[in-house]
Amino acid sequence: MTRVEGYGRIDRTRTVSFTFDGVPYTGHPGDTVASALLAHGVTTLGTSVRLGRPRGVVGSWTEDPGGLVQVEEPFPEPMLLATTLEVTDGLVARGVAGRGRLAQVADTARYDHRHVHCDVLVVGAGPAGLVAARAAARAGQDVVLVDDRPTPGGTLTGTETVDGRPATEFVDAVVAELAAAPHVTHLQATTAFGHYDDGFVLALERHGETTGRSARQRVHRIRAGRVVVAAGAIERPIVLEDNDRPGVMLASAARDLLHRHGVLVGREVVVFTVDDAAYAAALDLHGAGAAVRVVDGRAQAPAGWAARCAAAGVPVEAGTDVRGTLGTDRVRAVLVGETRREVPCDLLLVSGGWNPTAHLFSHVGGPLAFDDELVGFRPAAALPGTTVVGAANGTFALADVLREAGGADAPSAEPEVITPRRTLWRTPGDPARQFVDIARDATVADVARAVGAGMTSVEHVKRYTTIGTAHDQGKTSGVVASGITAELLGRPVGALGTTTFRPPYTPVPFAALAGRDRGDLYDPVRTTPVHHHHVAAGAVFEDVGMWKRARYYPHPGEDMATAVLRECAAVRRSVGVMDGSTLGKIDVRGPDAAVLLDHLYTNLMSTLKVGRVRYGVMCGDDGMVLDDGTVLRLAEDRFLVTTTTGNAAHVLDRMEDWLQTEWPHLRVRLTSVTEQWSILAVAGPRSRDVVGRVFADVDVSNDAFGFMTWQDTALDGVPVRLARISFSGELAFEVSVASWYAADLWVRLLEAGAEHGITPYGTETMHVLRAEKGYPIIGQDTDGTVTPQDLGMSWVVSRKKPDFVGKRSFARPLNSDPGRKHLVSLLPTDAATTLPEGSQVVAFTDRDPEQHADRGVLPPPPVPMLGHVTSSYRSAELGRPFALALVRGGRDRLGEVVGVPVGDQLVAARIGGTVLVDPEGARRDG
Amino acid sequence: MQLITCPWCGPREETEFRYGGQADLAYPADPSALDDEQWARFLFFRDNPKGAFAERWCHDAGCRRWLRAVRDTRTYVFAETRPYGRSTV
Amino acid sequence: MSTPEHPDFLWRTPEPKKSYDVVIVGGGGHGLATAHYLAQNHGITNVAVLERGWLAGGNMARNTTLIRSNYLWDESAAIYEHSLKLWEGLEDDLGYPILFSQRGVLNLAHTEQDVRDSVRRVEANRLNGIDAEWLGPDEVAKVCPIVNVSDDIRYPVQGATYQPRAGIAKHDYVAWGFARRADEAGIDIIQDCEVTDFVVDGDRVTGVRTSRGDIACGTVALCAAGHTSVLLDRLGVRTPLQSHPLQALVSELLEPVHPTIVMSNAVHVYVSQAHKGELVMGAGVDGYNGYGQRGAFNVIERQMAAAVELFPVFARAHLLRSWAGIVDVTPDASPIVGHTPYENVLVNAGWGTGGFKATPGIGWAFADTVAHGRPHPLVAPFALDRFVTGALVDEHGAAGVAH
Repeated sequence: MTRVEGYGRIDRTRTVSFTFDGVPYTGHPGDTVASALLAHGVTTLGTSVRLGRPRGVVGSWTEDPGGLVQVEEPFPEPMLLATTLEVTDGLVARGVAGRGRLAQVADTARYDHRHVHCDVLVVGAGPAGLVAARAAARAGQDVVLVDDRPTPGGTLTGTETVDGRPATEFVDAVVAELAAAPHVTHLQATTAFGHYDDGFVLALERHGETTGRSARQRVHRIRAGRVVVAAGAIERPIVLEDNDRPGVMLASAARDLLHRHGVLVGREVVVFTVDDAAYAAALDLHGAGAAVRVVDGRAQAPAGWAARCAAAGVPVEAGTDVRGTLGTDRVRAVLVGETRREVPCDLLLVSGGWNPTAHLFSHVGGPLAFDDELVGFRPAAALPGTTVVGAANGTFALADVLREAGGADAPSAEPEVITPRRTLWRTPGDPARQFVDIARDATVADVARAVGAGMTSVEHVKRYTTIGTAHDQGKTSGVVASGITAELLGRPVGALGTTTFRPPYTPVPFAALAGRDRGDLYDPVRTTPVHHHHVAAGAVFEDVGMWKRARYYPHPGEDMATAVLRECAAVRRSVGVMDGSTLGKIDVRGPDAAVLLDHLYTNLMSTLKVGRVRYGVMCGDDGMVLDDGTVLRLAEDRFLVTTTTGNAAHVLDRMEDWLQTEWPHLRVRLTSVTEQWSILAVAGPRSRDVVGRVFADVDVSNDAFGFMTWQDTALDGVPVRLARISFSGELAFEVSVASWYAADLWVRLLEAGAEHGITPYGTETMHVLRAEKGYPIIGQDTDGTVTPQDLGMSWVVSRKKPDFVGKRSFARPLNSDPGRKHLVSLLPTDAATTLPEGSQVVAFTDRDPEQHADRGVLPPPPVPMLGHVTSSYRSAELGRPFALALVRGGRDRLGEVVGVPVGDQLVAARIGGTVLVDPEGARRDG
Repeated sequence: MQLITCPWCGPREETEFRYGGQADLAYPADPSALDDEQWARFLFFRDNPKGAFAERWCHDAGCRRWLRAVRDTRTYVFAETRPYGRSTV
Repeated sequence: MSTPEHPDFLWRTPEPKKSYDVVIVGGGGHGLATAHYLAQNHGITNVAVLERGWLAGGNMARNTTLIRSNYLWDESAAIYEHSLKLWEGLEDDLGYPILFSQRGVLNLAHTEQDVRDSVRRVEANRLNGIDAEWLGPDEVAKVCPIVNVSDDIRYPVQGATYQPRAGIAKHDYVAWGFARRADEAGIDIIQDCEVTDFVVDGDRVTGVRTSRGDIACGTVALCAAGHTSVLLDRLGVRTPLQSHPLQALVSELLEPVHPTIVMSNAVHVYVSQAHKGELVMGAGVDGYNGYGQRGAFNVIERQMAAAVELFPVFARAHLLRSWAGIVDVTPDASPIVGHTPYENVLVNAGWGTGGFKATPGIGWAFADTVAHGRPHPLVAPFALDRFVTGALVDEHGAAGVAH
């Protein structure tokens, strides 16, 4: 055990048990897997990804490049840092060889998102963040303070004094003040991981597995008026031979482990530094009982620290360096100076200086520049709305930090003299054994090789060597790599720059970002008011946009084909009813309503009489069909427009776009009434009987209620609109009612039609029936490259209107190409094959030219394509399969036989007109 | 993830808005008078500057009004937003 | 799984000469591939590749490395299949371990219309001689067991198209491989050299103005992707290009879990697992024009939701790094390749999300176009004048899948 009495902020009265690499261990609440294992003397946690060398803990928090573990229980999670993973009872973890393993089952934990708005967001609850938050709170501002560690205080260890008191007391006092202040939210274990424009910061709050909180993790989407980055700094190593060996750590990490967890990582310690801060680590470890020796790479040790070391009996050797380490799985000695003098030790602490944690400043484009005094990259310009304070800004002396962050009421601390740092990226040695990024097994030799290959950019070196691309994203290796590259190129590191910081600051589970947007909440589910009746009737649903539409209603034992044939037959021979409520509906109102519609539809709407209905087509500016539907003229200044289900929002958006930005002088208002009105379509020769029975006060005779007209009526005082609209060619009525009453109306229609065997039918039957009549489905029989003329619908294109959207495009050269694809029908000559939708259409090559057959020969590729099958069904009415297809010059080839490859066969099919059932249109009036 | 100032609703999240591309492209008074080249230019050709860009946004999930913005395509920062088709708010 | 041994030498860092026969603007994948094929296929080596930043540091460094040729229309299928065939021999051609791995691509269908569109594309591919199959949900699960093909997701998987020859490659190595070959052939690759304007003489351009001085040239070949409009604006040439941010991301290194490439348009994400083990993902473009090489976070969140929806086992994988490129998109989601009103200025742009997979194919065909001063048949359909005639190659309307 390396645990030291009197140190650490862990709860030693309680013990937790966990397993690592199959061995049971104990720790205390407040321990991490790293601290607990180190307390047990375990220094090797895994092996490296490329070379298989032992890897241990180097840092003490998210900067650690070495101590990666795989959690197996309570739920597998890959590639977590032992330094950030809290020990909990029952935790099972193991070391990894550079790669993690995902669970094989779904994660059932809950992840939440939360929106937060505040005046000031402070990132980091170290000394800088605490005083910044306190100052903002005292100024009455809404403050959010987040800090990624479980407890506040940052790097304060308790050995410092603030306002003359131990720093820990100061921390407790500020935390208490913030807790008591109104409008302050203080979250620990919450990592601000991404910073976007206008003060938008993403933060991940971790609740752990066993806390009983409803969500395991929560992403806070914080919108802050001002962002204060007080995220501290990360110590960086000095590269030396065999520096990847367990037992080589950052000086700050050893100090942190001692003060947070009471773990003394080594008994015989060499501290190699070019920076003052490591002296504090040396003295603290010495004070906790270790034998410590300092090697200062600078010409002279700083006088103040040297004196304190002398007083404590810590030897200090300046003007030399550490060249390498010896040992097997753990350091047993280091090699000092040019003579490579062997100095026994079980721990080498290194400190090459500090990299300000300016990631959140950099995410929003804040420039970083190399500061020669700091020997590091720090924020180089002001950024509106973002302030960087403390070590994140390159300010290190505690008194300066407090002043910078706290402003007028900043507390005071002892002044410090900081001796200039030395720029030292690496010491002399064998570059092939000097590790720059131990997470990627990348050495100085690799950097040299990249430079030798001609690379002059740090981005290239990073990509060539993979330095900085591991879980830690180069928190300790990135700047070192820049420094070494600059040395090799003979250029200043500042001119070379460093690679860009990108979100996230630390890894974030996919599931946390997905939040609750999974399963049914991935996308809203829209259902009609009649939905429960469809469910009760055993309907099979299809997704159309966000809507669930009943596709067919199988009876027991029926497959789709059988059910659809039955439903089709019912409509053609008697009566069926379909829920058409998902159709888009737009109320167009105002004195200029007709003018707007004339602009937007290819045909004339202004001539439509009140009480009548007209089918209309909309095109894009490019002349391609965009949507279709019926238009009811409700009054001189009012229309009800229907759209296809999937396109409703898009059509409304487009109408608004034209109205607001192009023709704002038009006096029109557009209102979506899709969800206000439900539409039930009653179709079939007996539909008049059914509708007439339910609405006894309406004369539903053909004379009184003609095709493409509408009438209002009421049912038990509830307004109802009836319209003679048919999408099947049969006599049909669309019954519209306020959605509250749709389910009831559905039941009444079924009751009234019972004697005729009224049959609920779904979208599949609707598709078959309309296809038999040659009515296209926009989006199925069109694909954004089809004009109304291609569909054989020139009749819907006005020749009277001077202009409408899309008209000019019809005159483009390509539109008069005789090779354009036309919508036609295809009848397989064997009268048996249902051509798969999506099949291609090619020339038919007979096996035997003498004898026409239903099957031909498919030549080897490439085979020129003539078009494709857009819709294909078996027809109850025709007693055979049929298809609609877009075929080159199709209308000029009626009667010709073409080939449709189906599997290995070439199926013969004859081109025909699109109207296959009731071409005279005799049935629509019943 | 910006805040976009809707002239009617004030600053709102970017996710409430829909982008509408280049602003101030008036629909031709008489499209039939344009030759194919001119028509193609209206249909498909848009400015794509690196820098200030006058563009259309719609406050789709808010008031559903279109607005005209000037935004820098390098920094994404909005210099101004105002109701579409008007020179002043 | 280990990283390959790179050659000891990749490229020189030459000073720009006063004049070149061909100046290629843009040292990304397309520019470097064009340079390589100019030298290899046409013996043209008095060529400079001018790169404003670091070599292949634009979209070539930022894409998700997917390679496939299962496009709907003949014109697209032809250029992408030509490219795929070149990919299949590229390691040998370049003498560089580009880690090309033909692991297949599944394009998932989630709705009935997706199914129709998918079958249409598969059938078109087969007739064009491109490997393609339609797979039902059970077959999808056999190819990629971690895809959730059950009914408990919002948009259940109805099936998928499958192109077994599709794959991934290591983008950086591809660029370096082309650069090395071009450099070996004597072509000057000049980094930190931004083209700011052109020297114009009538309807010809006689040189480029750069941050490192004027460089005279016989032909200018623009391979500047998202910056193409900015350059052509200097010549007063308008294009229907719009530049948008496109984001991508990676996870940490994971043991092999995902054997193929999966793309979904309805549940919008595409994902593969790279050689080292990280999951590489992308989704749709950010809606607005932007040159900032960064996008909005809600796009990433939505992408993560889609990923976890389709791959429940990804729940505790971690987002390690996200970034954005600048994609130049056209109204029909097909590229613009060929001549401009300036007779010796050729443009290659508008590849949107398809640029990486096209790299060898377009380099080959564009080099041929530059060498002969007329469009190669593979690029002829992608001429700028199609927007006037209306002969668009509409890949987003019809194919659904644009990545």
